[in-house]
Amino acid sequence: MTAALALGDVVKEYPGGVAALRGVNIEIARGDQVAVVGPSGSGKTTLLTILGTLERASRGDVRVAGVEVMTASDRQLAGLRAHAIGFVFQSFHLQEWMTALDNVATGMLYTGARSRDRREAARVALTRVGLGHRLDHRPGQLSGGERQRVAIARALAKRPVIILADEPTGNLDSTSGAEVVALLHDLASDGATLVLITHDPGIAATFERRVQMRDGEIVADERR
Amino acid sequence: MTSLAAPGPPPPPPSGGPAASPALRAARLPPRELFGAAVQGLRTRRLRAALSALGIAIGIGAMVAVVGVSASSQAQLLAEIDALGTNLLTATPGTTFSGNNEILPTSSVPMVAGMRYVDNDVAVYQVNGATVLRTPYVPAQETGGIGVDAAGGNLPQVLGVSVAAGHFLDAVSARYPEVVLGAEAASVLQIESVGGHVEVDLGGKWFNVVGILKPVLLDSTLDSTAFISLPVAERLFQVTANPSEIYLRANVNHVPAVANRVGPTADPQNASGVDVSRPSDALEARAAAKGQFTTLLLGLGAVALLVGAIGIANIMVISVLERRGEIGLRRALGATRRHVSLQFLTESAVLAALGSLVGLGLGAGATEIYSVAQHEPFVVPLYALVAAPASGLVIGALAGLYPAGKAARLSPTEALRA
Repeated sequence: MTAALALGDVVKEYPGGVAALRGVNIEIARGDQVAVVGPSGSGKTTLLTILGTLERASRGDVRVAGVEVMTASDRQLAGLRAHAIGFVFQSFHLQEWMTALDNVATGMLYTGARSRDRREAARVALTRVGLGHRLDHRPGQLSGGERQRVAIARALAKRPVIILADEPTGNLDSTSGAEVVALLHDLASDGATLVLITHDPGIAATFERRVQMRDGEIVADERR
Repeated sequence: MTSLAAPGPPPPPPSGGPAASPALRAARLPPRELFGAAVQGLRTRRLRAALSALGIAIGIGAMVAVVGVSASSQAQLLAEIDALGTNLLTATPGTTFSGNNEILPTSSVPMVAGMRYVDNDVAVYQVNGATVLRTPYVPAQETGGIGVDAAGGNLPQVLGVSVAAGHFLDAVSARYPEVVLGAEAASVLQIESVGGHVEVDLGGKWFNVVGILKPVLLDSTLDSTAFISLPVAERLFQVTANPSEIYLRANVNHVPAVANRVGPTADPQNASGVDVSRPSDALEARAAAKGQFTTLLLGLGAVALLVGAIGIANIMVISVLERRGEIGLRRALGATRRHVSLQFLTESAVLAALGSLVGLGLGAGATEIYSVAQHEPFVVPLYALVAAPASGLVIGALAGLYPAGKAARLSPTEALRA
C-alpha cells in the first residue's frame, strides 16, 4: 500500500536564506495518526503547509495521496485540496457572517457538489461532531470548543483521506482541547490519515506515532 | 450514523492498474456558486459597497440624464413638427446659371392653387426697399433687419401659426394701410400689443399695426417680416405680382408627387427656375441635431465614471488585503488561483453594475424632473437601458482586474497567517 504522505529530502528555504526545513524524510501510511511536536520555529507549520500543498518545497520529493506535488499544476493541487485534504487551523478561520451550517457547507464549495448536497453533508457532519443543535448559530454565538468543532466538521464533511491540523487546541482550554483531539481521533479512525501539530505533550501522548522536530529537521520518530 | 461524515476507506487499487486517486478529480466552482460567493462578499460590507458604487452611479446618472434630456427635447420638437404638419411645401424663384434671380410668373399663383392635391396655398410678394420704423425721425438705415412682404389673408392658416395679438390682414387691410408684424419684428420695434392705435412708418407712410404673429416655426424668416396686403403694396409701392414665395399645403398622402409637379406648374416655361422645398425636412434635421447630446456634458459623465472605477479598484485592493484570511481559507478548501481572481472580479463587476442601475434611476429621475419643468415628453432612449448596466459590468470588471490578480497571487499560507 502506497503511503498517504511521503517527503524525501525536502528542503524549504525562504527568501533571505532562512531554511525552515533542512532535508526532511518522512513517510506516513494511510490511516496513520501522527503528532508532530517541537519548539516554535522548528518547522512544524512549514511541514504541514507542504504536506497540505499550500506551499511548494524548494527541493526534494513530495507525494501527497499519490500525486507528485513538485510537478503538479496549481489546478491539480487545488483539486487535491478540494477532495482529499481537510485542514483544521488554530484560529478556526470561520466566516463570522455565516451560520455554522453554511461555514461547513463552504468547506465543500470547490468540490463542485450541489448546494443542497453540500448543506445536507454539512448537517450530518455537524451532528457527528455534536453540534446538531447549533446549525443556525453564527461563530460569535459559539464557544471556542464549539467553533473548533465546526471547523473540524468543515474539514470532514467532504470525507478527505488526509486531515491536517495545525495546533487545533492552541486557542482552547485543556478540557475543550482534549475533547477536540478525542473527536479527531474518533473521526480519523475510519481510515483517514491524521497529522496534528501540537505543543502539548499530553495531547501528543494520545498518538501512536510521534514525530519530533528541531531546527527544520526530524530528530525523533517514535511509535508506541 | 455510522460513517456518513467520516472518510470511507480508500478504494482498493484494481489489479494491475494504478490506485484510483481522488487527486485526479479537479476543483470545480459552478458559476452560481461563484456569483453567490461574490455577492456574499458585498453583503457583508454593505456601507462600503454602497459608497464605492456611488461614483459609478453618479457617472452613469449624469450620462443617462444628458441622453434623456436631449431625447426629451428632441421628442418635443418632433411633436411640434408633427402638430404643424409635414405637408407644407414652398416654391421660390431659383437662380440662373449666371447667378441672377429667376422671377416667378404672375400666373404661378392661380396655377399652383388649381393643382390637384393642393389643399391650401398663399403667395408672398417682397416689397423692395421698404423698411419699417417706429417714426419717420428714426434714420432710414436702421431697419432692424425687418423686411416688408405683401401676403394673402390666409397665411396663418397655411403656415399653422396664430396671432399673439390683434388679427391678421383682412378685407379692410386690402384697402387701407394696415400692417401685421412678425414676432421678431414686433420685438425689435418694441410693440407688444395692438390696442390704442399703434402706428409705424412703413416705406415713408403711416401704417396701422393691426396684429402681431406668434413665431412661425416652419419658416422663421417670416418672424422678422412686416406683412401688408397685396393691393396696398401694388398701390403704394408699385409691387409687381411676381411672388417671392408660394406656400402650399399638399394632401398628406401625395406630398412628394405634388412637390415634383409644383415647378412645372408654377413656371411651365422654366420649371428648373423654381426651387421647391419642404421646411419640415430642415426642422427634422434640427431635431436630430438637438438629439445629439452635448459632447462636453457626456465627457463630464465619463470623467465621473472613471473616478468611480478608480474608487472601486481602490476599495477592492483594500478588500483583498483585509480578506487575506478568507482568501487563504478558500485556497485551503481547494480554490484555484482562477477561482479566487474570478470571485473578486465578479464582486467588482456586480458592484459596478448595481451602481450603474442606481445611476440609471438617478438619470431617469433627472430627466423626468427636467421634462416636467419644461413641459416636454419624458424620453429615455431604449439603448440607455441596456448600455448603462452593461457598461457598469465592463467598467467593474476592468476595475477589478488588478485587485483580482493581486488576490490570486497571494500565497495561501501568508493569507492564513494574517
